[in-house]
This record gives sequence, C-alpha cells and structure tokens, in this order.
Amino acid sequence: MYHTIVALVEDKPGVLNRVASLFRRRTFNIESLTVGHTEQPGISRMTIVVDSDDLSIERLTAYLYKLVNVIQVEDLTSLPRVTRDLAMIKVSATAENRTHIMQTVDVFRARIVDVTNSSFIIEITGDEEKIEGFVEVLRPLGIIEMVRTGAVAMARGTNPLYMNGNGHLAESAVRV
Amino acid sequence: MKLTGAQILWETLMREGVEVVFGYPGGANLPIYDAMLDYPVRHVLVRHEQGAAHMADGYARACGKVGVAMATSGPGATNLVTGIATAMMDSSPTVFITGQVASKFIGFDAFQETDVTGITLPITKHNYLVTRVEEIAPTLREAFYIASTGRPGPVLVDIAKDAQQHSMDWEYDGRPIKMRGYRPDLRPVPRQIEQAVEMISAAKRPLILAGRGVLLSGAMRELLEFAERANTPVALTLLGISGFPATHPLNLGMMGMHGEAWVNHAIQEADLLLAFGMRFDDRVTGNLKTYATGARKIHIDIDPSEINKNVKVDLGLVGDLRETLRQILDRLEPLEHADWLGQIAQEKGSNAVRDIQSLPGDEHLYAAHVIHDLWRATAGQALIVTDVGQHQMWAAQYFKQDNPHRWITSGGLGTMGFGLPAAIGAKIACPEADVWAIVGDGGFQMTAAELSTAAQEGLKVNVAVINNGFLGMVRQWQEFFYERRYAATPMRSPDFVKLAEAHGLTGLRVTSRAEVEGAIRRARETEGSVVVDFRVEQEDSVYPMVPSGADLHNMIRRPMPIAETAESEI
Repeated sequence: MYHTIVALVEDKPGVLNRVASLFRRRTFNIESLTVGHTEQPGISRMTIVVDSDDLSIERLTAYLYKLVNVIQVEDLTSLPRVTRDLAMIKVSATAENRTHIMQTVDVFRARIVDVTNSSFIIEITGDEEKIEGFVEVLRPLGIIEMVRTGAVAMARGTNPLYMNGNGHLAESAVRV
Repeated sequence: MKLTGAQILWETLMREGVEVVFGYPGGANLPIYDAMLDYPVRHVLVRHEQGAAHMADGYARACGKVGVAMATSGPGATNLVTGIATAMMDSSPTVFITGQVASKFIGFDAFQETDVTGITLPITKHNYLVTRVEEIAPTLREAFYIASTGRPGPVLVDIAKDAQQHSMDWEYDGRPIKMRGYRPDLRPVPRQIEQAVEMISAAKRPLILAGRGVLLSGAMRELLEFAERANTPVALTLLGISGFPATHPLNLGMMGMHGEAWVNHAIQEADLLLAFGMRFDDRVTGNLKTYATGARKIHIDIDPSEINKNVKVDLGLVGDLRETLRQILDRLEPLEHADWLGQIAQEKGSNAVRDIQSLPGDEHLYAAHVIHDLWRATAGQALIVTDVGQHQMWAAQYFKQDNPHRWITSGGLGTMGFGLPAAIGAKIACPEADVWAIVGDGGFQMTAAELSTAAQEGLKVNVAVINNGFLGMVRQWQEFFYERRYAATPMRSPDFVKLAEAHGLTGLRVTSRAEVEGAIRRARETEGSVVVDFRVEQEDSVYPMVPSGADLHNMIRRPMPIAETAESEI
C-alpha cells in the first residue's frame, strides 16, 4: 500500500542523495519525492510516497533516522491529511475540441495557463486521484507533454509536524 | 593564532586524543603530512591503504579509542573502501581522513580525483566533504563524536587540498557538539524495563544471545551479573566472543552456522531469547521461518533500526546495553533454572565428542590442534586477531577467550586480509599484549605486504598461518554442496618462512602435532614478529555446520569415524 512519509532534513549538500541512496540500498521503491524549504531556516521538508507494507515502513523510518541529517520522520498515511500534487499538461487544441477542453478544465477546477493556436498548457492541483482522473479524460484528446511535481502532504489540525524531545522519538522508533 | 588548515587538523586531532595514525601520503594530502612533523603523533606507514583501514579498525577494537586512518585522493581513498565497509559492518569507531583535489578542480575529473564521499556514502555512518579551511575543525569534531557515540562506526572526512593549505585566525572551540538530526542517547522508558523484568521472571527456558554490543557498551560486568542472578545460559555471536568468559559454566559457546549443536538446539528450544547487542544476522539465525518459534524475544540494542529488522520481537528496548541492563538488574530477583540448565548440560555431554582430543593425534596436524595448543601455551591470555575462513571458525571454537577485547575478527563483512593489519593495529593499541594473528594461507596473502610495516615499526606480532593449501572454507562448501568440484580453490603459496626472512623477520614451519607447542614458545621468545607456517590437514572441514538458509537445528555433524575415535579417547 502507498505510504506518505514526511521527513524534515537539514538543508545541506548531499542530503537528497543520502535519502535517495538509502531507498535504493534498502530496496524501497520511491513513487514520488519532493523537497523544498520550510518555515524554519536551514530545514527542508521532503514528502516521499513509497509502496510498502507497514512493517517495512517501520524499518524505513528507523533507517531514515540513522541518517545524521534527518531530523524527523512521520508517516502521515493513517492521519487526516491534505495531499496535493501539481500537474502541467500540454494538450493539442483544435478548432473542434477547444470548447470541450475548456469545459473539462472548468469541471476539474483546473486552469489554462498557456494558449497557442494549436495547444493549451493546463495546470491542475489536487490529490493523486483527481489528477489521474483528469489525465484520463484528456488522454483521448491528445496529450503532447505532461509534468507532475509529485505529492506534498500536511497533517490536518493546528499542531506542526516538528516536535522537540527525544522521548517521543525513542518510543515511535520502537513500536512493537 | 594564524594556522593553516593542515595545522588546524592536527590541533583538532590532538584534542581528540589521537596518538597514532595509520596512513599513506600522496599529492592531495601532502600539506597534512608536512604539518604532521610538528605534532607528537605516531604515524604508521602502511603498504596499502586497505592495511591502514584495518589497522585503525583493529586499534579501535583493541582499546576502544577511535582509530584514525589517512589516505590521499583517488586510488588512495578507494583502497580504503574494503576497510571502511568492514568497520561499518562491525560497528568499529573509526575516522578516515582523505585528501581531495583542490576545490576548484572538484567535478572536473582532475588527476587522482574520485568522488569518495559518494563512494563511501552507504558504508560510512556519516561522511563529509570539506572545501573551506573554516570547516575543518568543526567537521573533525563532529566526525569523532559520531564515530564514537551511539552505535559506533566509520566516519570519513574528505578535505580539499586548498582547504588544507589556506590559513585562518583560529582558536579551538570546545563547546559541546549539537546536531539536530543525531541522537545517540536514546533510552528505554521505565514501563518497558518493567515489562522486560516480568517476561524474564516468567520464563522457564531463557537464553541470552550476547553480541558485540556487550563489548561496545562495556557491559561485561552487567552481563555476568545478569546471567548469574537469573541463572540464564549465554550463547555468543562471533563478535560477542570475549564479552562473557568462555570458561564460565553458563557460557554455552558460539551460536549459528558453526555453533555447537547444544547451543543451536538451546536456541530452538528456549521460551525466551534475550538478545543483547546483537542483530540476528543470517549466519546466526539460519532459516528465519523456523527460528526459535517457541520463544518470546526481548531485544536490547542502541540502534532502533535493528529492532524487528530480521526477527520480529515481543519487546524492543532501544538504549545503551550497560545502562539498560543496570536498570533491569535493579528490579530483578534471583531466578533458578535447574531443569533447563540440566537439559542443556545433558545434550552438551552427549555431543562434546568433537572435543579437541577427538582428532587423531598421529602424524596428522589439525588446525584445531594448533589453536587449542596456542590457547594452552599462552594460558588463554593472547590477544587473538583472525582473518576470515575456516581458521576463523576453528579459532572461535577452540580458543577459549575469557578476556574482553582480546578477540578481534571481521564478522559482518567477512573480510579476507583483515587479520594481519588488524593485529598490527591491536598491537599498537596494546603494546603489552601477546598478539597473535591467526590467518589462512589465502587471506594472509591478501595483505601479507603489511609484514613489512610490522618490521619497519619494530612490532612484535606473531602470525599463525593455518596453511592447508586451499581456500579452505570455499573448498568446504564445494565439498558439501558442489560435489567436490574444487574450482579455483587449490592455492600454491610462497615459502612463508622465507617470506618472513625476506622481511628480516623469523619464520618457522610446523608439520606435526608434536612440534606445535615448541614453535609457539619459540615464536613468543623470539624478538620481532614471527610467522609460523602450520601445515595442516588439507581437506579438513569446520563442524558442525548449518548450511546457508537451513533450519538452525539441522546441522551437518562431524563424520562418524572421527566421532567414534573421540569417544574412545576421552
């Protein structure tokens, strides 16, 4: 099953390589991985989607903690959360299907961000399912090119991910 | 104070208590070597950087201090790789310092440039590339801190040549190290300790599985106290040897692939396994599906990622073993397990026929003889360093090591060529110790050039070559599993006596049991390192043996004729 893992890491050279290398070395398959800055200087946030069972995710979490640059790891899979992925899709637009495409874009609450005589670039934000659905609808119309950012995720509610204190980590690392 | 990066490096190493460095100079670390002459440090010039890595490792294992090895960029750095991986697998506190090409050349395939931080990323606990002089001291301080705390391991620091050369106003900053993502000080919560005590008190057939964590944590006394108070037998992993006295009545011996039958059977029949600082390696468990199925399991380890990695446990305690055992001992009442101990003793009695006397004592020379006699002749006080292969297993079985840190071997990686250089490192760490490298004819030749290092350093390291003319362990597998098709295992070696003499050292040859003790005595009395070439049985095998992946209780036992001889001779 797909797990959405969030890791707070030190913003230092090579950290992405360390994390990616860990997944390869421990034979985990990354579905998507995104990195970006956080509200805290010097700390980046990774959202990693990985297809694996629960026990393996426990192992993976412990391995991630072994990396000296990794500050915190949380599996958001079972938590109430918001997940977003952004896609840009270039489709061919002919005189006949132009209106149809524009209606479809409206239905999915996507946006057209570039227009030429023969194509659109459409931007859509949403969770995995919504984007997959949109892509399937567009496919028969002729997708020229597509790019996706991969998922970013955040748990719902007031509390931030970042929790200080080692006790919390010790127990979460050894959930038996 | 205006200092160059190279000087700052040595200033920092001095403050970390570094007294000896194993290494090899080259273009990219020349500034470090030049500055070295002004500092009170012993440098051991190796013959190959792999030797430097194993020496630093052996040094660290013998005395517990961080071992330091140095190499230049490119081939110097890549030659360290096997030694770094060895230290990683066996959690050896080591720091590797490599020179790198000047920062402006990095990434342009300069002469002797290698991405050594990239190469060593999965085989170090952590590594660093330093390109500015300002980073040298803080990085080295972190490196020593990481290498020696938590679950120890190798840390590599790659330093660009220009960072070594540049100068800066420098003062030592000794403030405590703070790293947001590194927590070496995890400890179990009291509830878990109580749960452990309950499980231990309720067990009828408990068994301790003691690993290298006992030694790394310095928990030898606590383990002894625990075993005695809970009357619980102790089985050791290969790397756990010397963490609990071999001659103690509660010590069952080594477990796993070449563990004694009564040890592996005890594991399979136990109702509680207490895994102390070990990691359920496949060489220890055999088939995981049939491993100790009737036992509840408590695992104490400082590395959270080891809990539930190979074997799913009922209770995992993350923390320093010594401190955790102390907390358990504070609550643990004395326990009796007479029936269980009796059951094990009975099986041990009926299986102990492959004791040393079981081997025909005629003109044959068995490796077991050599190791047993070495144990006797040194009164069990020798510091034993082994290479990898059959001799390693025989040494583990027959050298009854009672003294902590006097048993050094490459377990996890199984690195042939480890023995001699690690013994050199151990000798430098413990100059008073009677250091013996027990090596095979194959592994010895992988790093035999380090004899020259021993000679140059005036070190007294005795080398017992268990010479059977084969890559013995591979040959054994070919005998058992490949119909005796000896592909590439017969090995012709040089005259080891002459090899020793070529280095200005002493060489001895032994071909019969009667000569063994005399040769050992002569080797110990001779000044300088001695190589003893023990010409042992060519096609002897290590028994018992659990074939790779087989059930732990299904062992290949010693062939009957030998076992029968044994019973008649005991």
